[in-house]
Amino acid sequence: MNLSLKNIQKSYREPSGNRLPVLDIASYELERGEQAVLLGSSGGGKTTLLNVISGITAPDSGSVVIDGIDITKLHEVGRDRFRAAKIGFVFQTFNLLPAFSAVENVLLGSTFASRAINRQEAASLLKSVGLDHRLDHKPGQMSVGEQQRVAVARALANRPVLLLADEPTANVDQSNQDGILKLIRESCVEHQISLMLVTHSQEVADQFDRVDQLIEFNRAGATTS
Amino acid sequence: MNLFTIAYKSIRQRALASSLTCLSVSLGVMLMVIVLSGFAIVEKNFSQNSINYDLIVGPKGSSLQLILNTVYRIGDPVGNLPYRFYREMQDDPRIKVSVPIALGDVTEKGSFKIVGTTTEYFKIGYAPGRSFKVAGKSFGTPFDAIIGSQVAYQNDWEIGHKFKLVHGGAESDHVHDEEFTVIGILAPTGTANDKTVFVNLEGFYLIAGHDKPVREAVKQEIEFFGNTSLTDEQIAKIEKAEIEEAEAHSAEGGHDHAHHHAHETREIKKDLTAIFVQTHKPIQAALLEGQSRRGYRAQYVNPIRPISRLMNNIVGNIRTVMFMMTSLIIVVSGVGIFVSIYNSMSDRKKEIAVMRALGARRQTVFSIILAESVLLCVTGGILGILMGHGLIYASAPYIERSAGILVDPLTIEPLEFILFPVLMVLATLVGFIPGMTAYRTDVADALAG
Repeated sequence: MNLSLKNIQKSYREPSGNRLPVLDIASYELERGEQAVLLGSSGGGKTTLLNVISGITAPDSGSVVIDGIDITKLHEVGRDRFRAAKIGFVFQTFNLLPAFSAVENVLLGSTFASRAINRQEAASLLKSVGLDHRLDHKPGQMSVGEQQRVAVARALANRPVLLLADEPTANVDQSNQDGILKLIRESCVEHQISLMLVTHSQEVADQFDRVDQLIEFNRAGATTS
Repeated sequence: MNLFTIAYKSIRQRALASSLTCLSVSLGVMLMVIVLSGFAIVEKNFSQNSINYDLIVGPKGSSLQLILNTVYRIGDPVGNLPYRFYREMQDDPRIKVSVPIALGDVTEKGSFKIVGTTTEYFKIGYAPGRSFKVAGKSFGTPFDAIIGSQVAYQNDWEIGHKFKLVHGGAESDHVHDEEFTVIGILAPTGTANDKTVFVNLEGFYLIAGHDKPVREAVKQEIEFFGNTSLTDEQIAKIEKAEIEEAEAHSAEGGHDHAHHHAHETREIKKDLTAIFVQTHKPIQAALLEGQSRRGYRAQYVNPIRPISRLMNNIVGNIRTVMFMMTSLIIVVSGVGIFVSIYNSMSDRKKEIAVMRALGARRQTVFSIILAESVLLCVTGGILGILMGHGLIYASAPYIERSAGILVDPLTIEPLEFILFPVLMVLATLVGFIPGMTAYRTDVADALAG
């Protein structure tokens, strides 16, 4: 088992003082190397779930076990270290740092991990996503599709066990969508990485064997969506 | 990729704002370097000038005035010493070297101070280990002159040039008829010597009006020594010669300097402004100085002490005020860095959140912001030091020419060494609040925003 969620509850305090439940998940599991889509509408708690899984946000209760480690038992610093070492992130808006070149953005993906890659390895990752001619280009000098490819390479830089992708094709034009998805999936297969991709797009979900409707297993989803 | 590289990239992203804040720090540091080095150069020059002599001997009065007038050629003489005092001093076994100095006139062109002295003056260096370099000859005939480098430069005088003196200072309009000839030019020393014209002491006394009537001289000798070296017959004889000389002058219709120069000036009629002294042992200088405090005739002054008092009491205070003002400028520059980084924080919350999502700890993003502040402050500091010393280096020839002060661009005031630790503290202070903003950034919120 690569990812196991048990009795995850997460709520936010509203300005009125009441608590708004966002996540209430009894159980969710992902095998090593498995690729799954979580399909859900906006406000359904998709991003919150990714934040809880990655340790950015601590749940109110429950456990998140990744690669045998329950990250809810770790302090914040421990969760940061774990994230740096074991988790890759691909964001909807790419979130590349504009001051850094493509290769530097990839290097940044492992900078905070205990084992940082060197420039040659970063260049090799960019080559694997078809960007060996864009190593020293800054995000502003690249197309949207190229930027997302850099983001994928950055997510792979720390050799994660779990890749979290948050609407990775939502900001990419139709012609690039399939290519990006293919790249993410193939990279995960190549490196034996589990993939959890959240999206609201049925079209994207249709390309995966395992598709989970968030609303079906998130008991809080009915109240928020 | 280390934190400083990340910080540097971020600084480069905001190149204009970063350059301007860095420049403001460098200008502040440059001003401080100029102030510190400037005062260090002044102090060095004032201490360097006087320390090759153990004592400056002059008439009783202000010791500071004596030193300023005789060593630095600033202001008026305190008074005069009888020549006999100088002659008797040479018999003192404690004294190794004594050099007579007579000041009073200035050059007709450029109003450079005239110092009557002997060749001994040039044998003793102008500072320890620094000897005079004279292009030309040393004194041979009474009307020989050796001029300082600034005199030669500003008056465009060369060896062989003839010049006249103005009596008693620039405000006097009486030009002596005697002509002196430049026989030597001093290499630059960076001291008051560069702006001085040295004439043979014998020639100095031969100038009409530089010897006083014998009656007046005897009166002053008695006041100084309590006795006179002349008998009544000798006084009468000299007085008779003075009358004959005066008659000869009027018979020839005015000045007859040829006649005046025909005889050597009698010792009793000679005065000195000061005597520069080296003793065999430092303790002897201290003893002579102490001894003179109890006496009434002359003062023996350690040349460093009055200048040191002047430096501490006046120059030191000015330096402190300037130092505080430049410190304030640097602090204001630091506030500029704070404003620049703090203003950028709202735009960079997402970047910080991305780094946190990639595994950066709160302390790490705090450190990156602090590193930015340190980089800006330290780069500004290094630039400021280079600019400050560069400016001193560039202006050194001009300062040397116009002020006669020897400028060493590499003069480093010890306070400069604490500039970097101070800048580091400043960087930490100004980087702290933006750093805390980064530290407290809510990753989930910032990523969603």
